[in-house]
Amino acid sequence: MTQFEPVIGLEVHVQLKTKSKIFCACSTSFGSEPNSNTCPVCLGLPGSLPVLNREVMNIAIKVGLALNCKIANKIKFDRKNYFYPDLPKAYQISQYDMPVCGKGHLTIELKTKKDGKDVTSEKKIGVTRAHLEEDAGKLIHEGVKDGSWVDYNRGGVPLLEIVSEPDIRSPEEAYEYLHSLKSILQYLDASECNMEEGSLRCDANVSIRPVGQEKFGTRTEIKNMNSFKAVQKAIQYEIERQSRAVLAGERIVQETRLWNEAKGETATMRSKEEAHDYRYFPEPDLVPFTVTDEEIEKVRRELPELPEERMQRYKNEIGLSEYIAATLVADKLLADYFENVVKEDIDPKLASSWTLTEVTGCLHARYIPFEKNPVSAKELAGLLKLIENNTISGKIAKDVLPAMIDEKKSAEVIVKEKNLVQVTDTKAIEEIAKRVISANPKVVEQFKGGKTQSIGFLVGQLMKETGGKANPKIANEILTKLLS
Amino acid sequence: MDYFKLTVREISEAVQKNPAEGSSVLKSLASRAEAVDPKVKAYLKIQKDFPDSEKSAKGPLAGVPISIKDNICTQGWETTCASKILAGFIPPYDATVVRKLKEAGAVIFGKCNMDEFAFGSSTESSAYQKTANPYDLSRVPGGSSGGSAAAVAADEAICSLGSDTGGSIRQPASFCNVVGLKPTYGRVSRYGLIAFGSSLDQIGPITKTVEDAAILLNVLAGHDPLDSTSANVPVPDYTKSLTNNVKGLRIGLPKEYFAKGLSPEVEKAIRNAVKTYQDLGATIHDVTLPHTPYAVAVYYVVAVAEASSNLGRFDGVRYGARVEQSNLLDMYLETRNQGFGAEAKRRILLGTFVLSAGYYEAYYLKGLKVRTLIKNDFEEAFKKVDVILGPTAPEPAFKIGEKSSDPLSMYLSDIYTIPANLAGVPAMSLPAGFSGNDLPIGMQLTAKPFDEETIFRAAGAFQMVTDFHKRKPQLG
Repeated sequence: MTQFEPVIGLEVHVQLKTKSKIFCACSTSFGSEPNSNTCPVCLGLPGSLPVLNREVMNIAIKVGLALNCKIANKIKFDRKNYFYPDLPKAYQISQYDMPVCGKGHLTIELKTKKDGKDVTSEKKIGVTRAHLEEDAGKLIHEGVKDGSWVDYNRGGVPLLEIVSEPDIRSPEEAYEYLHSLKSILQYLDASECNMEEGSLRCDANVSIRPVGQEKFGTRTEIKNMNSFKAVQKAIQYEIERQSRAVLAGERIVQETRLWNEAKGETATMRSKEEAHDYRYFPEPDLVPFTVTDEEIEKVRRELPELPEERMQRYKNEIGLSEYIAATLVADKLLADYFENVVKEDIDPKLASSWTLTEVTGCLHARYIPFEKNPVSAKELAGLLKLIENNTISGKIAKDVLPAMIDEKKSAEVIVKEKNLVQVTDTKAIEEIAKRVISANPKVVEQFKGGKTQSIGFLVGQLMKETGGKANPKIANEILTKLLS
Repeated sequence: MDYFKLTVREISEAVQKNPAEGSSVLKSLASRAEAVDPKVKAYLKIQKDFPDSEKSAKGPLAGVPISIKDNICTQGWETTCASKILAGFIPPYDATVVRKLKEAGAVIFGKCNMDEFAFGSSTESSAYQKTANPYDLSRVPGGSSGGSAAAVAADEAICSLGSDTGGSIRQPASFCNVVGLKPTYGRVSRYGLIAFGSSLDQIGPITKTVEDAAILLNVLAGHDPLDSTSANVPVPDYTKSLTNNVKGLRIGLPKEYFAKGLSPEVEKAIRNAVKTYQDLGATIHDVTLPHTPYAVAVYYVVAVAEASSNLGRFDGVRYGARVEQSNLLDMYLETRNQGFGAEAKRRILLGTFVLSAGYYEAYYLKGLKVRTLIKNDFEEAFKKVDVILGPTAPEPAFKIGEKSSDPLSMYLSDIYTIPANLAGVPAMSLPAGFSGNDLPIGMQLTAKPFDEETIFRAAGAFQMVTDFHKRKPQLG
């Protein structure tokens, strides 16, 4: 199948994180009683009229800027007309020919192997446009005998539809694109980006062409993927399906196909030839308005540091490794936490390794999500300070952390209560070292005979004698001195 | 005391002096309606009980009963747009204008008959009943606000609200010898008005006198945060424009309005009005509105396009009538097929067509461009004159059934009223005479955007020296 090159474009719908819906004051909160977050406007009752929630526009502009898009100066909405029970007005207010965000791009990180080594490269994926529209209600078919229920709570929730250029060339790239996009949206606090809750939805357009051919092949639209992994799997399946078909001399039908997670395959939903004529026309109930370049600049200045920038800062200014930096940046919560620890005058490398391994490990074991982390950055810094000033060893500290979570006490208190203060008194350690040396003549002989690693055993014995509280570095130095 | 004969001003003054008179007013009006509505059939519903709170209501319209066209949402009261498809629809909210009227102390008296979904110029397309012209019960009251106009004319309403998309307030006002004002687009909130042509619709007062219209507009006008198309322009006291002085007022007569198609009797009444204004010291000028011949065509592209989209929501799913079927598509088809009348279907089909792929540029887009030209015509004319005078309708009220099988002929009766909606300018029809067979003839005054004051100035002065508006129909 390597004679075919996949060509993939992704259409992502994100629900924007505003308190109210796009055209009325109803709450956007997820999971409420059916039809409890509704009003004449989002129910499309006769006589109702839409009024734009300006916060939605602000967020859309932020996302557009973060995606390097040109922001439109003239904002206009259009009606997209079709009949379906989840669409109360029989039209969706959307944007047709003048989307709020024009062409842009985002960068994805790709891991490949070069000469047997893991290499990370960057690729730019183009964004064609991003536009605002209102979400429809939700139809519920399960548990209903003759018909369906409609819940209009979701009707009117603001959506930003982000369309990528067909620049994606593999399922992995598609996954990275979604990953990157989600990271940006989280950094902007623009969306919950939760595919299970429906705040992020993705459709994929997939086609293949012989390697070297410029003309695109016929594409199919894949829907019904409920996770980033599902998107990757569905695209993979579709590429293979289309490749097999073309090799067998079949023609690819332009159609919409649904991903079946259980069966691991896509199946025909409807042919795109029967596509609706939506009879788009400018929405007469919403007056077009202008967004000036000055207003856009103001939003740009208020943008928070975005993942790419943060990545560069971590690598170049703080000096973190590529891997550590990337892992932190990928989750804004982790990165923010890490920076707050560093602010307390903690060495960044210590802070980053503890954030990524010890803290996340302890939380994971207790099924605590990072958003509910009970150890504040300041409290962790308190613990790490004790390591830095040699009050306790790193090893002891790894036991202190879980105690901090379970007993809800500060590091200092726990160290005091459990008497974990490191023994640094050289005289005391020397006493014990002498005892250890006389108790282990064979090992001493080995060491003196050239097996320098055997000092580790002696250090271990010393640590045992001190209940693990001796400073291992000092213990090692003293033993070495005594044995020389 | 025959309270039902009184005006808004007279009743509000009486009630201010003695609040207890409020209930006498309502009793008087109710028995008048009982007596004449079986003949006029202006009302779809009349309120039976009036809560006590209304009797002690305060505000500029305290104690004044008002009748509302049935395409304006009244909370808790069935609102049907005179269509079968909205039978049983009870709005859970009041239109902004209704809320404002209630806050001003007005009493909602009844819901008035209309052409189905405001599609029409005769009220004959109502799915429920045909309203008759009080001046000749064999003739139409005009439309689409025929019920609102006939009720006022027959003194079974003190005043009413209508809606105007292509002339639906002014033309029935003209046919029924009453005053009807279409405000500037955006002057009055559309929130709660069941939409026909979103970029054209306005709610306006239909009254016995020009003064009453000014009193009502004071209450109705103003920005509404629930209507993005409502203008943030301050509301003056329109009654202050009734200065009874038109000296130096420049009145324009569009030459296109006095062309073929205008009935000689109507032309005579307008020419007489011109003389009246000249005697009052106004100056008369010729103006030209060159794109007038295209107005009706533009309207029947743009308005029906918006209407076809606005009526999509009537599908039997959430409210109103539903024809149960075994599957969704059939339910949609049968509900809409049985729920909509012929004219509604005609306009939905037309509107869908002009918006469809391959035709959008040729019809809808082109229509919008010509609309701009029509708007520019008015802008040019208003550089020369303060107000434009002309006929409201090409002829007086026609017979019931005369045009109902000839839609095009029906559409052409809106030729003088449609341009104001396309341009968004304010326009009023007021009584200007009678035909040889005693049918009312209305004249139309049009002004610049948000210059209703000049209309009131001109119309008020005319009514001080004429009696046409005082001639009541013989209903017995």
